[in-house]
Amino acid sequence: MDLDFSPEDSAFREEARAFIAENYPKALREKQARGEDLGKEDFLSWHRILAAKGWSAPSWPKEFGGTEWTPTQKYIWSEEQARADTIGILPFGVAMLAPVIYTFGTQEQKEKFLPGIRDGKVWWCQGYSEPGAGSDLASLKTKAERITGDDGKEYYLVNGQKTWTTLGQHADWGFFLVRTDPNSKPQAGISFLLIDMKSPGIEVRRITTLEGGHEVNDVFLDNVKVPVENRIFHENQGWTCAKALLAHERSGIAGVARSKRGLERVREIASTELSDTGGPLLQDPFFKRKVAELEIDLTALEFTELRTLAGEQSGKGPGLESSILKIKGTEIQQRLHELALEAVGHYGAPYLRDLGHNANIGPGYADGLAGDYFNGRKTSIYGGSNEIQRNIIAKMVLGL
Amino acid sequence: MDFSFTEEQSMLRDTVASYLADHYSFEQRRDALKTEAGWRPAVWKAFAEELGILGAPFSEELGGLGGGPTDNMVVMEEFGKTLVVEPYLGTVVIGGGFLKHSGHSGAADIIAQIIAGTTTIAFAAAEPQARYSWQDLKTTAKKDGSGWVLNGAKAVVIGAPWASHLIVTARTGGGQRDAQGVSVFIVDKTAKGVTTRDYPTVDGLRASEVTFENVSLPAEALIGSEGAGLPLVEKVIDEAIVATCAEACGVLRRLHEGTLEYTKQRKQFGQPISQFQVLQHRMVDMFIQLEQSISMTYMANIKLTDTDVERAKGVSAAKVQIGKACKFVGQNAIQLHGGMGMTDEMAIGHYFKRATMIEGAFGSTDHHLARYETLSLGKAA
Repeated sequence: MDLDFSPEDSAFREEARAFIAENYPKALREKQARGEDLGKEDFLSWHRILAAKGWSAPSWPKEFGGTEWTPTQKYIWSEEQARADTIGILPFGVAMLAPVIYTFGTQEQKEKFLPGIRDGKVWWCQGYSEPGAGSDLASLKTKAERITGDDGKEYYLVNGQKTWTTLGQHADWGFFLVRTDPNSKPQAGISFLLIDMKSPGIEVRRITTLEGGHEVNDVFLDNVKVPVENRIFHENQGWTCAKALLAHERSGIAGVARSKRGLERVREIASTELSDTGGPLLQDPFFKRKVAELEIDLTALEFTELRTLAGEQSGKGPGLESSILKIKGTEIQQRLHELALEAVGHYGAPYLRDLGHNANIGPGYADGLAGDYFNGRKTSIYGGSNEIQRNIIAKMVLGL
Repeated sequence: MDFSFTEEQSMLRDTVASYLADHYSFEQRRDALKTEAGWRPAVWKAFAEELGILGAPFSEELGGLGGGPTDNMVVMEEFGKTLVVEPYLGTVVIGGGFLKHSGHSGAADIIAQIIAGTTTIAFAAAEPQARYSWQDLKTTAKKDGSGWVLNGAKAVVIGAPWASHLIVTARTGGGQRDAQGVSVFIVDKTAKGVTTRDYPTVDGLRASEVTFENVSLPAEALIGSEGAGLPLVEKVIDEAIVATCAEACGVLRRLHEGTLEYTKQRKQFGQPISQFQVLQHRMVDMFIQLEQSISMTYMANIKLTDTDVERAKGVSAAKVQIGKACKFVGQNAIQLHGGMGMTDEMAIGHYFKRATMIEGAFGSTDHHLARYETLSLGKAA
């Protein structure tokens, strides 16, 4: 048993830290500090800087422009980014879709799509969920029929509706699960299509979430023509791609590094806020205990993740531990939101989104904490709800 | 032992419920929230004139319906079920409470205006540094001839944008956190030197940051006795907490009912998700939280007329239960609605937001747990 990082790892940490300090955009940092909503270019700016350095695709093989970092290096990198409060690279292209393309795609597809993902030039969205499907993903109904176009080429004609499409309002392209065989078993008749979001017949409609934000969308597909060569892997075997993608979606979902930073932020707030008796809130016995308990739970999660990483490093793929990481990781994130909101007392109530920012109501760090709390309830729902994750552990691990 | 409501109270409940059914749909509420004012003065006028409910807890001599805290409870529970934003709590429960209990010479006149719907009140008690301590006051009122001069700032004053008057706690003596030296004033919001910064709150209400700069107050602005106002403040806040607990019971009931309804019609893996045992047990636990909350609200309501210590203990115990229930029922209602619960379009999220704000209203769960502990230990010693 050894917890020490090698000299190479430590050197890498120094390099990563210095790179962020020198290159993270100042304007972006200021915008984040003001709690402003970030736009498309904000998200892509950091991505492009990392791409120029060759660091935008930590998990990919080298031949496609990946770093081939070890799991430990990836872990260090996520820690350093969290430590510096950087935004993350959006996962849809880099972390979710790309592995599907380089694992299942044709040479042509790899050449066409991977560079745009790596370099942050193409914004991808996910077309998995459907109204009424939810965690029962295989019940999806969006259908794609083979047709021959006027140009004599083969197309899929896609009709249906997708939902919860995160940041789909910015998307150039989307990856979609569609039903190509309505007569086979639920998982068997599904195909994996890449669709240009500018195609005629696509409409992206805003869903306002309960805290008032615009993060998710409905996507309506009405006779959308998709060239057959935009299908990844075989027709009716898209479920294979879907499963592979979901495994990538769940890894990294624990968010340990971000939660460590979040805990630090709660401590900062609670050492500024005063308790009822006038001392720092962080010294209040009730509050102090909750912070300590959360820190211990986070430590347990961190070491569970480290064990998983060690397993991966010795060649074991990300396994069913990912369900544990998802459940505990999201619960901890939600408790952090609770504690932060609780810490600011009355100043959790002002709703500043409609006022614009810099409204100077209450302490600056209170801005948006209620929004984070409400929005954060999604984490135990998405990516396979935590109830579903428990079912997975019950079935696959415990054999129940 | 009797937990039933009188015929008058049942009638009051029916009156409120049927008016709200006709005038307070989720869509009507949402439209009102989007207006600049954020409330409906016409609804307030109807509460006063058509329903007469603004007089519910006042004696008949004062022009009221002759009720008390139980009547507030009845009204507030119905308001909770419908997410009413209009300022009954600040005006009738708190404003009316201060006037009723203080023996103020002008009380009868102001209460008459409250009942008529022409005076609306917001309670400006909290300060940015004070968290939930009502005696931590930097706001001061200094004697000036027969009157007073008020200076200071108040945080997140709920309902202030809609109020004609503010009830303000201020220090007339002693140090920042002393129990002695606390006084209570009623201040005309249009008085010179009163400024407000208005804003919406996450649960659909409106609030203000209020500052007082050399505001001249007449002698009769003082409510209760000079420098000994804290017991009065605590009594009225305890009444406000019971009313808020009743509101929470209405909110929790809707969260629970809405969840039952949704899980029965939502199908996954070929069956209604309400058939999954793990969800059934969760909804049973939500139901238990709701029932316990109703019990504790009744208990605290009964204790309102007990000794100060028993009253405070009962109220804090109820607030702890309500705070926990708001979190458990609220969070699970969203979870069991899945993605739909995350949308602004569905009412469930709006009930969850109100439940979350109630958790912190008049003191968090931790605050009341600590208050309860102190009172229990104090009694044992």
